[in-house]
Amino acid sequence: MSLNEETKKEYKPLIVAFCCNWCSYAGADLAGSSRLTYPTDVKIIRVPCSCRVNPLFVLRAFQRGADGVIIAGCHPGDCHYTSGNYFARRRMTLLFSMLDYLGIERERTRVEWISAAEGVKFSTTMNEFAKTIHELGENKKLRDLRCEE
Amino acid sequence: MQKIGVFICHCGTNIAATVDVEAVTEAIKNEPGVVYAANYQYMCSENGQALIKNAIAEYGLTGVVVCSCSPRMHEATFRKAAQEAGLNPYMVEIANIREHCSWIHKDKVEATEKAIILARAAIAKVHLNAPLISGQSDVTKRALVIGGGIAGIQTALDIAEAGFEVDIVEKSPTIGGKMAQLDKTFPTLDCAACILTPKMVDAKSNDKITLYTYSEVESVKGFVGNFEVSIRKKARYVNTDLCTGCGECTTKCPSRKAKSEFNMGLMNRGAIYIPFAQAIPNVATIDPQYCIHMKTGKCGLCEKVCSAHAIDFKQQDEIVEQKYGAIVMATGFNLINLDQFDEFGYSKYPDVVTSLEFERLMNAAGPTEGTLLRPSNHEHPHTLVFVQCVGSRDTSGCGKPYCSKICCMYTAKHAMLVRDKYPDTEVYVFYIDVRTPGKNFDEFYRRAVEQYGVHYIKGMVGKVTDKDGKLIVQGSDLLENKQLKIEADMVVLAAAVEPDPSARSVASMLTASIDTNDFMTEAHAKLRPVESPTAGIFLSGMAQGPKDIPETVSQASACAAKVIGLLAKDHLVNNPCVAQSNELRCNGCSNCEKVCPYGAISYIEKEVNDHGVREVRRIAQVNEAVCQGCGACTVTCPSGAMDLKGFSTNQIMAEVDAICR
Amino acid sequence: MDKFLQEQILRMSGVNTRKCMKCGKCSGTCPAYDEMEYHPHQFVAMVESGDIDALMQSNSIWTCLSCFACVERCPRSVEPANLIEAVRLAVIRQQNANHLKAQEIPENLEEKLPQQAIVSAFRKYSK
Repeated sequence: MSLNEETKKEYKPLIVAFCCNWCSYAGADLAGSSRLTYPTDVKIIRVPCSCRVNPLFVLRAFQRGADGVIIAGCHPGDCHYTSGNYFARRRMTLLFSMLDYLGIERERTRVEWISAAEGVKFSTTMNEFAKTIHELGENKKLRDLRCEE
Repeated sequence: MQKIGVFICHCGTNIAATVDVEAVTEAIKNEPGVVYAANYQYMCSENGQALIKNAIAEYGLTGVVVCSCSPRMHEATFRKAAQEAGLNPYMVEIANIREHCSWIHKDKVEATEKAIILARAAIAKVHLNAPLISGQSDVTKRALVIGGGIAGIQTALDIAEAGFEVDIVEKSPTIGGKMAQLDKTFPTLDCAACILTPKMVDAKSNDKITLYTYSEVESVKGFVGNFEVSIRKKARYVNTDLCTGCGECTTKCPSRKAKSEFNMGLMNRGAIYIPFAQAIPNVATIDPQYCIHMKTGKCGLCEKVCSAHAIDFKQQDEIVEQKYGAIVMATGFNLINLDQFDEFGYSKYPDVVTSLEFERLMNAAGPTEGTLLRPSNHEHPHTLVFVQCVGSRDTSGCGKPYCSKICCMYTAKHAMLVRDKYPDTEVYVFYIDVRTPGKNFDEFYRRAVEQYGVHYIKGMVGKVTDKDGKLIVQGSDLLENKQLKIEADMVVLAAAVEPDPSARSVASMLTASIDTNDFMTEAHAKLRPVESPTAGIFLSGMAQGPKDIPETVSQASACAAKVIGLLAKDHLVNNPCVAQSNELRCNGCSNCEKVCPYGAISYIEKEVNDHGVREVRRIAQVNEAVCQGCGACTVTCPSGAMDLKGFSTNQIMAEVDAICR
Repeated sequence: MDKFLQEQILRMSGVNTRKCMKCGKCSGTCPAYDEMEYHPHQFVAMVESGDIDALMQSNSIWTCLSCFACVERCPRSVEPANLIEAVRLAVIRQQNANHLKAQEIPENLEEKLPQQAIVSAFRKYSK
């Protein structure tokens, strides 16, 4: 499901996805090898574990003009490093509630557990998320004007 | 400024059909730092790799970006190629433009745009890459097995077979564990002692195996390949070198108050005792709690009768220090305490016994010499009721939430043995579900029902009371929708299993993780089932979860294979993408130490030179051999001192910036 | 299958019938088993399947002693007696009157009746 022609020209959201190396990045690879499409808006950054995602990275992405940020890790209990995703879950819960307070809609941020076997889940999640962000439109909060070209 | 070469792969048409590789090459060419950009049909092929190697030599590249398939596929290939060309392998980054781009997008313009962005992100990262060198550590070629039951014995035998030294630490006076107490084993009904004792003798006689019985692990330091363990050999008050195991002292000892652990307290033993006839090592041990001489200074009969002069009342605990490359947890299990289950009357009625006590009552070497007698009056029982799931699958807080796995099978075994030996008995089994997955297991259970006429009742016992010397077992029969009241002579409770209480303290010494039930956690539940997430710690037997003997033995051998694989190495090459602490920034808060799942971070007092100010500070230090590179510490660090090599904060920030440009 | 009543019973009792693993310990432990048409384990199963009417019409809701032995011994903390009490309450609410008057209770008491049951009786017959 890619976005249709007219909307694409009007507005193309920018979505940063942090994927842990062991589950979600592999899940994205599986989505790729299964040819499950999702919009090009999603750009993936590989991190060793979801707990490597510093809240600063999320803030930086919004500052630099991202419209949505998603963090994907192993399912709770399945973390390659046993407990990393639990740290991520707590940190992001706090961060997201702060972002909410700052006026960034809850829907713009998301944490999702996607295993290496869940290519379908990866693509549906990204499709859904891209659709949500597209409906929300451009994010103007937190954007650093000095970074605008 | 890095000199970066970018190599774009067509992957046949896999990438080139959706991504305009020429356009990507053109767009990338003028990126800052890029001195060379090329595309090629198959980058991973011999020729493709040669292209990279030549460019490294020709342009003096300090960084390489390959835009190709997933790094999970060919990162290792390209890193190796770079290394062969004299470039540090960690200066290579992959932009995944196949799985994450060409394969999932249809619009060539959009896909090309995305591929360029992904390539830019990789270039931005390479700019901040630094050469990483894998550390090496030596491997002590000796293994420690904690626990001397069937799991520990099998693991030790297999490791010794491969030619490595193994030490077994067992806290009781003999090896053998729970299996030595069993009567027969399912599903073949061979006698436990007949198959176990030869293995115990093998362990004793194997010159690669050292047994530390009546000993406990006192402390563990170090990391994979280099553990330093101190073992406390508790005083037996018997010189094991002199003791011949004749048993003269044990028969003469006038103190008869101690309960025999081996016979589950169903009979008493002397204060000086050998747990059972086939004990290994076959030497006596004095229990100071019951020894009359130790308490009052009188008696000393054992000393007088011992012709080998082995008794030594002055013996002290001894501490043995030893180095190991690998440690195996084989701490085993116990049955749960049934104090919480008043309804079954276990503490009230002597004829209500646990399954392990029942094993002893049926065992030829047990208190009744193999004749099944009611513990209360030593009469032959006519009606026996077995209750399954006592404390298993219990979420009420009294028992354990898990299935103990072995009870269905041993209950069928008990029922069958009773019916076989005493055909005049009636045997009832209350079950919730009969779970018999395993080779020849269901056939075994069906044999108990069909051939031996054991009455299986779908239901549960609600309470056990007594009346005129009989036990009244009140339970439900769900299939007949009836409540039954059975007059029984004996009730056997299949109590849930739980990890040995020592598991928790040993696990914390090893910084190995345990679950909420105190079972050891595996590195991966499916793919690495015999390893702990902590490198160098391996799991064998019930310590990891409930399992029967065949499963325990298979796991023990699997565990040994993993240990041998580790000990066979002379050096361990560490993953260089590990955490690193900046000592000038570290404020010594200990947050990183607390979140580290591997115990890789410790604190040291170190003199630092902070812009000319010399002072001693408490700073974090990462053990690179133990760190697995998850990065949990980097985010928790309030002062930004912790960073992860290969995935540094700056590198990921640069990627974010490049994507959001 | 009465969805509305089922939800009402579940809400009133606070019981999660899905926790039941069908071991039958509740019925195994029940001292009033033989007096009951439907037994404690059946209450759990029948509420789960929404078969509430039959339970409301049965004498079982009155013969249950409310001794809470089933609650005490259930290995999954399902609390069958709370379900029975909820069904009883549903009946009392529907008929908008107590099953017995409080003053009728003393004359119905048996000598051997345990005190707990007398206390239960007051619980049982009041709205």
